[in-house]
Amino acid sequence: MSGGGIRPATTFTKAARLALQNSTLRQNLGFATRTICAKRESAVAEIPNWQELRTLGAGIKDEALSNLNELLVQLEQKITEAGGTVHWARTAEEAVEIVASIAKRHEVQEVIKVKSITSDEIELNQGLTHDNIIAIETDLAELICQLADDSPSHILVPAIHKNRDEIRELFERKLGSTFDSSEPKLLAEAARIYLREKFLTSKMAVSGANYAVAETGTVCIVESEGNGRMCLTLPEVLVSIMGIEKVLPLWEDVSAFLRLLPRSSTAERMNPYTSMWTGVTPGDGPQEFHLILLDNGRSDILADATGRQTLRCIRCSACLNVCPVYQRVGGHAYGSVYPGPIGAILTPQLLQMADVNANTLPFASTLCGACYEACPVKINIPEILIYLREKTEKSTAESFGFQTVYRVMSNPRLFGLVLKNTRLGASVASTFGLLKPWTNSRELPDIPKESFREWWRNREQ
Amino acid sequence: MKVHLFITCLNDALFPKTGIATTQILERLGHTVEFDPRQTCCGQMHLNSGYRKEAAVLAKQFIEVFKDAECIVSPSGSCVANVREMFINLGKWTEDEALVSDAEQLRERVFELSEFLLTVEKIEDVGAYFPHRVTYHPTCHATRGLGLSDSPLKLLKAVKGIDYVELPDSSQCCGFGGTFSVKNADTSSAMLADKCDAVNALDVEYCVALDNSCLMHIGGGLKKSSKEPKVIHLAEVLASREER
Repeated sequence: MSGGGIRPATTFTKAARLALQNSTLRQNLGFATRTICAKRESAVAEIPNWQELRTLGAGIKDEALSNLNELLVQLEQKITEAGGTVHWARTAEEAVEIVASIAKRHEVQEVIKVKSITSDEIELNQGLTHDNIIAIETDLAELICQLADDSPSHILVPAIHKNRDEIRELFERKLGSTFDSSEPKLLAEAARIYLREKFLTSKMAVSGANYAVAETGTVCIVESEGNGRMCLTLPEVLVSIMGIEKVLPLWEDVSAFLRLLPRSSTAERMNPYTSMWTGVTPGDGPQEFHLILLDNGRSDILADATGRQTLRCIRCSACLNVCPVYQRVGGHAYGSVYPGPIGAILTPQLLQMADVNANTLPFASTLCGACYEACPVKINIPEILIYLREKTEKSTAESFGFQTVYRVMSNPRLFGLVLKNTRLGASVASTFGLLKPWTNSRELPDIPKESFREWWRNREQ
Repeated sequence: MKVHLFITCLNDALFPKTGIATTQILERLGHTVEFDPRQTCCGQMHLNSGYRKEAAVLAKQFIEVFKDAECIVSPSGSCVANVREMFINLGKWTEDEALVSDAEQLRERVFELSEFLLTVEKIEDVGAYFPHRVTYHPTCHATRGLGLSDSPLKLLKAVKGIDYVELPDSSQCCGFGGTFSVKNADTSSAMLADKCDAVNALDVEYCVALDNSCLMHIGGGLKKSSKEPKVIHLAEVLASREER
């Protein structure tokens, strides 16, 4: 089933090692991310005040986060006034339960879904199967993942790890389609035929939300395919699941993000479909609307002064595309629906830094800073990675090593003594196999006869 | 001007040539170079590996050593970025207000070598001579951390006799990342392989950079795959003279 949740099944190191052995994956990823990055760069370069726009976006998000309590209550009030219903879910399980109960009340066995990473976070599709409810993904790439019993590997391009021949084979097997070639147009047409029928027959849709405006009670979804709009307008019942951090104070705040998001994610000047709705409108669109406000660990992130900026994220995925680690290992290595640099800080924090596997994610980075540079809301990801690393459990052997180095470094005289014996130290370390993790793929540098400080001292004499 | 060397622990132990070259460049420009042997490590390795308390002690030790230094110059973008950008955070995270204010005061006085030459000295041609075919890898912490972008290239291009070739995808990280290189050795090696392929394809004699940590990684990879090209620190290129 498509979905996946946020709890990694193994450590990043192990998952990455496995992913690196798949050369098709690396080729698919390398090609896709290089293409997206080049396009993003030119889309961003068109905006002369891009840096100011980033600052504006970050500022709006920070303001919203510092008034979240009031804004959420205001949002609930506005949506209720407009005929909608707001639900509060503390956990993933509660959110799934709310969706299931709405579906059961309407005696619905099949719901159609707008691409929503939040619904993947709470493993909605799997959760609904317990009540014999099938969730159909309508985003093309999400559908591909669902048909392949695979989980998304990218926030924006969930099937980035698959090439067109793999997709053709999948559609032939699962949709019974036949193709003359693997032309994307033909593949998309097959999906269209399958999905159109679903749009016209489904009674209930589930979506995420990009923004919700507290001032007006308006919920907003941006997308590229138009399948989202079909889901948002055709069924009788619409349920949207939104992380509490997505709320914006004012209507005019949306404009900054409508400029920041498309250029950062799909490298488009504007996304093709922007849907906005406020409660229900009699005779037009769904006649029953539910908004589920999801916490699922977010309040704890909010309470942390340094980690808080993680919640600015607008899920554009620019940080994934520019990340040299993501480019090589792909999304599945992160073991969560939130992969890449943002996933490396979001996933472990959503799990309260208490999940052993998730706690390996903050180390899945060279701290090269490409993510921070690309982030449209200026999340200082490298800084948060460093911050979170302190909150993880260290092995005894590692701690011992660092404590030893610390003792040397905090004692200049001892450090000087060690420098006199660098060659001896290197050969001892080598004898005990301590240098293996380095020397497996790299030679050691030549060890100099004297350290800099020895040279300096000799020169002074 | 009196210039205080922040040599970095790695350069002190493994790459003294870089420190010697830095001293030569600064002295040729008429500066008095000072080296305080009480300096050890700025704490970056501990901070970046999750040992915050230890890093804070090392940061305070660093501040103590350099508290009276008017101008501090270092042949490492990465270590300068740690001092300039991370000491303040370290103070905040350990709720040490004195560290925060000391760090704020210190950050204005610390320069990476190329940055010092270009922005303080306002000089591009330091009179170097290096008749070799080279390429340049812009290291991440200098390029993005310090925001130097590709400015160090101005110094390299001004070197007499040099044959500079641009490195494709140069701003891509080499995969070092401190303990990342051993903690996630497979991923690190995959990144390194791409960097080495890019360098090897250029038929150059040297790959130049301004951080020996990254160069140790790239050099280690190049050495494993071939004899040439070698790696060399920018300071050593800039200190090279015709008479040599």
